[in-house]
Amino acid sequence: IPLQFAGLADVSISEDIPVEGEITVPVGAQSPEEDFSTLDEPVKDTIMRDLKAVGKKFVHVMYPKKSSALLRDWDLWGPLVLCVSLALMLQGGSADSKDDGGPQFAEVFVIIWFGAVVITLNSKLLGGTISFFQSLCVLGYCVMPLTVAMLVCRLVLLVGAGTVSFIIRLIVVVAMFGWSTLASTAFLADSQPPNRKALVVYPIFLFYFVISWMILTFTPQ
Amino acid sequence: FAEFDDAANLLAVNPDATTISIEEPVEIPKKQHGRLQESGREEDDELLGTDDSDKAELLAGQKKSAPFWTFEYYQTFFDVDTYQVLDRIKGSVFPVPGKNFVRLYIRSNPDLYGPFWICATLVFTIAVSGNLSNFLIHLGKPTYHYVPEFRKVSIAATAIYAYAWLVPLALWGFLVWRNSKVMNIVSYSFLEIVCVYGYSLFIYIPTAILWIIPQQVVRWVLMFFSMCLSATFLVMTFWPAVRDDNRRIALATVVTIVLLHDLMSVGCLEYFFDAPELDLPAPVIPVHNSTTVVTKS
Repeated sequence: IPLQFAGLADVSISEDIPVEGEITVPVGAQSPEEDFSTLDEPVKDTIMRDLKAVGKKFVHVMYPKKSSALLRDWDLWGPLVLCVSLALMLQGGSADSKDDGGPQFAEVFVIIWFGAVVITLNSKLLGGTISFFQSLCVLGYCVMPLTVAMLVCRLVLLVGAGTVSFIIRLIVVVAMFGWSTLASTAFLADSQPPNRKALVVYPIFLFYFVISWMILTFTPQ
Repeated sequence: FAEFDDAANLLAVNPDATTISIEEPVEIPKKQHGRLQESGREEDDELLGTDDSDKAELLAGQKKSAPFWTFEYYQTFFDVDTYQVLDRIKGSVFPVPGKNFVRLYIRSNPDLYGPFWICATLVFTIAVSGNLSNFLIHLGKPTYHYVPEFRKVSIAATAIYAYAWLVPLALWGFLVWRNSKVMNIVSYSFLEIVCVYGYSLFIYIPTAILWIIPQQVVRWVLMFFSMCLSATFLVMTFWPAVRDDNRRIALATVVTIVLLHDLMSVGCLEYFFDAPELDLPAPVIPVHNSTTVVTKS
């Protein structure tokens, strides 16, 4: 029996009109991630899910194909871990009390984050369609090859600090710099207007160049 | 010259079209206006100067009509394509007398991309080249321990950004003040002056890279060459803006511009690049059994 309203003034339903019907909302096809609230799951599951997402992005950086997974589900955990480990590994350089040493922890941190923000703003101002945090995510994750280069450099420096070790470090850093730049360009270039691609790619090149320079000039005490 | 007619018609229609919408109708007259400037550049400087400034002020006023707290307002300062930036750089490196940089390349569309990224590149180029050249100069010495000298990056950044943004501010203020006293001066907006200074610094990027060569003569020749180029560029850009003024003030302005520019480049060379040491013949030291020992340092 359909409900009929005589008018808005009279909204009370008297008892002699039987009211029945179904008030269930038809449940559509639920997405597999949301079939139950994540509040009740064990903490290990939550952490493992996020770790798997971060790990998947690292794999995407290693083999850069044009996939939208990196862009769609952005997170900043990976960039934070990479930035902190890179800044930590750049410590212990010629850090005597004089000012002319290597970059301090805060300087590396600021360069990476401030540089990434400036590049993102630059690409958005030039008319890019990527969102702010997606771009930060890509730029942060693509620091990974350079972090690997820093690790290799430190290991090589443990062995010796002569010309041969310098040449090995140079080759490794140049290769990783190329990899970083190509990986981030592969992800970011599509979202730019075509006649401004070079304007957007050049600051990314400068950014990774500066980081590579810091890595290459690291000298232990 | 159909473009003349089209441009004239569009410009005549323009004042009526302002109220409707902002982006689309302005695009076409802006580009046609550019072509009008190029075909007319053989004409008399002053005629084109004052006419242009009126029309360009109108167009400039229409273009930046988004309120300054929205993102779109700042996007108007980055409305350049790759080839435009490259053209502007070429125009700054090869200053040709008769072609005014601002009128030819920038007039309706000053950008902040060029000044900002040229300054950033220059900061890092100077810091890296200075570090590299010091390393090469002191290479053989046993007492030398290489340091990355990272602190110099912040110093370079402060110096270059202050020069590229505060000097245009002062110059713009000065020109506005003089403009209020002497009426028909070609005047540039603040952003155009920032553009000119930013692009004038481009020549120092290859110069800084070549300063790695540890020869004083080579460095000073390079410095002289790049100083001449960019000072010529600055003078040719700003002379039309001050020449209608009192002769002495005009000359003083131009001399100040050139002096500040020279000061900046000499300061960069002296501070960031150690002087390569000369190989001096050592003094003869007489020893008590009358044999002389000559030591070379």
